[in-house]
Amino acid sequence: MATVERVLGKSIKRREDPRFITGRGTYVDDVRLPGTTVAAFVRSPHAHARIKKIDTAAALKHPGVVAIFTGKDMAGVNSLPCGWLLPGLKVPPHMPLAADAARCVGDPVAIVIAETQSAAQDAADKVKVTWEVLRAVSATDQATAKGAPQIHEVAPSNEAFTWQIGDAAAVDAAFRGAARVVKKKIVNQRLVANPMEPRACLARYDQATGDLTLWVTSQNPHVHRLLMAAFVLGIPEHKVRVIAPDVGGGFGSKIFLYNEETICSWATKQIKRPVRWTSTRREAFQTDAHGRDHVTEAEMGFDAHGKIVGLRVKTIANMGAYLSTFAPAVPTYLYATLLNGVYTIPAIHAHVTGVFTNTTPVDAYRGAGRPEAAYLLERMVDAGAAALKLDPADIRKKNFIPKFDNGFQTQVALNYDSGNYAAAFDKLLAMVDYRKFRHEQEAARKQGRLLGIGFSTYIEACSIAPSKVVGSLGAQAGLYESGKVRVHPTGGVTVYTGSHSHGQGHETTFSQLVADELGVPMESVEIVHGDTGAIPFGMGTYGSRSGAVGGTAILMSLQKIKEKGKKIAAHLLEASPSDIEYTNGQFQVKGFPGKSVPFGQVALTAYVPHNYPEGLEPGLEETSFYDPSNFCFPFGAHACVVEIDRDTGQVKVLRYLAVDDVGNVMNPMIVDGMVHGGIAQGVGQALCEGAVYDDGQLVTGSMMDYALPKADMLPMYETDRTVTPTPVNPLGVKGAGETGTIAATPAVMNAVVDALAPLGVDHIETMPLTASRVWSVMKSAKR
Amino acid sequence: MYPAAFEYHAPTSVKDALKLLGKLKDSKLLAGGHSLIPMMKLRLAQPKHIIDLGKVKGLTGIKEEKGAVVVGAMTTHWEVESSKVLKAKIPVVAETASVIGDPAVRNKGTIGGSLAHADPAADMPATAIALGFEFVCEGAKGKRTVKVDDWFKGLMETALKDKEVLTTIRIPAWPAGSGACYMKFPHPASRFAIVGVCAAVTVDKKSGNCTKVGVGVTGAGTRAVRAKGVEAALLGKKLDAATIEAAAQKAAEGVDVQADLQGSVEYKAHLCRVFARRALEAALKRAQG
Repeated sequence: MATVERVLGKSIKRREDPRFITGRGTYVDDVRLPGTTVAAFVRSPHAHARIKKIDTAAALKHPGVVAIFTGKDMAGVNSLPCGWLLPGLKVPPHMPLAADAARCVGDPVAIVIAETQSAAQDAADKVKVTWEVLRAVSATDQATAKGAPQIHEVAPSNEAFTWQIGDAAAVDAAFRGAARVVKKKIVNQRLVANPMEPRACLARYDQATGDLTLWVTSQNPHVHRLLMAAFVLGIPEHKVRVIAPDVGGGFGSKIFLYNEETICSWATKQIKRPVRWTSTRREAFQTDAHGRDHVTEAEMGFDAHGKIVGLRVKTIANMGAYLSTFAPAVPTYLYATLLNGVYTIPAIHAHVTGVFTNTTPVDAYRGAGRPEAAYLLERMVDAGAAALKLDPADIRKKNFIPKFDNGFQTQVALNYDSGNYAAAFDKLLAMVDYRKFRHEQEAARKQGRLLGIGFSTYIEACSIAPSKVVGSLGAQAGLYESGKVRVHPTGGVTVYTGSHSHGQGHETTFSQLVADELGVPMESVEIVHGDTGAIPFGMGTYGSRSGAVGGTAILMSLQKIKEKGKKIAAHLLEASPSDIEYTNGQFQVKGFPGKSVPFGQVALTAYVPHNYPEGLEPGLEETSFYDPSNFCFPFGAHACVVEIDRDTGQVKVLRYLAVDDVGNVMNPMIVDGMVHGGIAQGVGQALCEGAVYDDGQLVTGSMMDYALPKADMLPMYETDRTVTPTPVNPLGVKGAGETGTIAATPAVMNAVVDALAPLGVDHIETMPLTASRVWSVMKSAKR
Repeated sequence: MYPAAFEYHAPTSVKDALKLLGKLKDSKLLAGGHSLIPMMKLRLAQPKHIIDLGKVKGLTGIKEEKGAVVVGAMTTHWEVESSKVLKAKIPVVAETASVIGDPAVRNKGTIGGSLAHADPAADMPATAIALGFEFVCEGAKGKRTVKVDDWFKGLMETALKDKEVLTTIRIPAWPAGSGACYMKFPHPASRFAIVGVCAAVTVDKKSGNCTKVGVGVTGAGTRAVRAKGVEAALLGKKLDAATIEAAAQKAAEGVDVQADLQGSVEYKAHLCRVFARRALEAALKRAQG
């Protein structure tokens, strides 16, 4: 009997790619239903304006218009919910169509539904809105300033919440004894996610059955269904089916429940025809939830030897005009709980103020809070090294948490699973050939060249999340995952997962898992995701959770399948179930390789139970829900080498090196791809990306203005891994989706600051490091 | 993003195009469409009529003609970039075309469309000024030729009249001993020029003196301009490093530098000087073979 080759842990090419790269994917906008109408939204051109009157008369007369609705028509529809409630959180109403006032540019005030896209758009141009323009505030650190315009009735000073974690008194005491306390202002600028596929939805109400079907670009269709049905539209959940078919990227921005799909789902019932909407890129810039946007004052205390003694952080986090679905969690539980980083920090205190502004709502964007924490820590450690005249590599080594295998309690609530931070960093230093680089740098500096190296050693919390823990922290949901395995009579396997793939390659990695566990070829495994009509309730994909949480749920069902299979096989082989082992796709009596039945025969027997164990249910199908006992904590060490053009300020990335530890790796090629893409996004934040508002207007609102990183900005990456399996889940996987994004931004910033060190520069407050900003820094430098 | 409704016209001769242009109110010529169509999709431009020059015969091609290279206005950037004639005779024109936008833009965008649109951050205007392009415009009353110094009038404004079609671009070949280079500092998002400088010099073999010079600056201001101060500081001089450096210092003179997210007036004026120096140094190197 041939041994079935193991595939888990191998770089199997992605099974889904042929359909994507040949244009045969089925995205929301590809779904065609007869009688479909097309929607366009009338949006506010103003950052803050009272709606005096909406005149739709001319628009209604436009040929092809089916219906126009405004906020007043949507009586009985509730506010979009906020799914994470902090103590004292001010939750202002967020109506799908603004009826009283618009609070950011792009706020929708009317939906125009027509027979064609162009008719809808032409008619939308004819809707006349009479505005009373109000003063607007967009800057994070100006929101609560005296005289700033008030945005919501419930939040008189534009303060959404204040929140703190850690021990303030302990930090005070630590700083009193510190040899040096370094204080820096750190701005983590606002970013736009920009997935390749813009958001889209298609809503169909079936009059005959009363069922609503919504196709939507979602990372978590069940969450969409729950929020929309239970909280906003008041439709029973069992009458709603949400389908997220192929989805072209999300980076977090497709987690949330948005106005548009809610309005279309309501409107289809009114007009009794399907309603479709697809975002334009301009709308995407204005309405997809943005990311980051923190202004922070950070202080880090050191003893005379460079050991960190304490960290104090005061952050203002911009929530935008409304509270997006999970917005309050991002700058609190996903940010400040990571401020222990990979270092032994005896005392930490963080205070966070969330503020409303007249800008697009901010929510989770790839990394979500964790990049902000890593960026802050890595800047502060470097600033400390500069102040104490220590080498940035040495100061890190001095402060790493020593290797541990099962638990490290941080000062900010989390308990790390396993880690070996020095090992990853040592590997990185060897790859860089650090001492050699410093010699080269010295020589280059003598020639007047600005060469620099930057490090970033990071940790993140993935495998989101133990439900009990997040519940106690304000989450209005559990964060388990479901996995159902259905074995067909002929031995084929269909897996139904609550995880959702929008670029992650689940159809490949989960198939690898199934193939290995059941000893069947990958070709006989199908992965189904993204349909609430087919899949048990699940929580979707974000926070690098699919492998660790979704994968484990599938694994649990696979184990149940095998257990049941053993009972069936034992009956067929006239043996005891405890004597049956499963290997290479065969159930066999232990020690008797010839005495076996193949998987397929057991499957067929389960469905044709003529000769079958007494009392055992027919069928071979199992469902599991996995709720992790803890987060998982991937970590790693990255380095970036840059050179700055003295004439222009242009930063050129010469080398980028990464050593990541994501625990066990299910598919190295897919993990590499995630790391590569993540690094590009992180470099993008450091060097070119940034959403800029001018008096409430988003001036970087197109691909011509908002600079995404391009391939020619990036060198060939040098990547490697260490492997420290997590004890949290049986797969030992930690999560790999966000590491690059978290690590790259500080590595680049630190490299630029290092390059400018001969000029006396030890910190740059603001990103991105455009050529013009770097030139200005050089010009105003001390030396 | 759908444009507002418009009528599409596809004449096959310049004569027919001019007729349509004369007859139709609120019409725009389409010459590749990489500026006009994005503006229409954003509904910033909503012309009632589009007259597509894409099917007009005789507006494409590159050929040598009496000491010049003549380029049809509807010749794509890609054709300019890859032209054997241009690469042999006036390589800087091919070089400039090769850094316009991306391959998709270069495959559809045209040299005439770009020069008639006169985007202040377009690349070719700098080279047009440096080399002394001539623009053949055809109207109801016949043809006229406009010299480049009279062409760029202001922000997206040229000497081309409302009812005219730009048909041909004449690019004079420079004498032996010439070298030219276009260098730009690209916008990180759009890849338009934040600043672009084209420098062309002719160096007398015997004396080593500069006998002819042209320097065009694009990107920084509302229109591309000739850097007259730079030219004056070089003409007749021996082109050593100090002379070039001193001349380049005058590169922003006469440029109405605009501040934006990519830089202050001070920074962009500085970039004009940096790229003038770099382009001149490269041009000189090429001139010296």
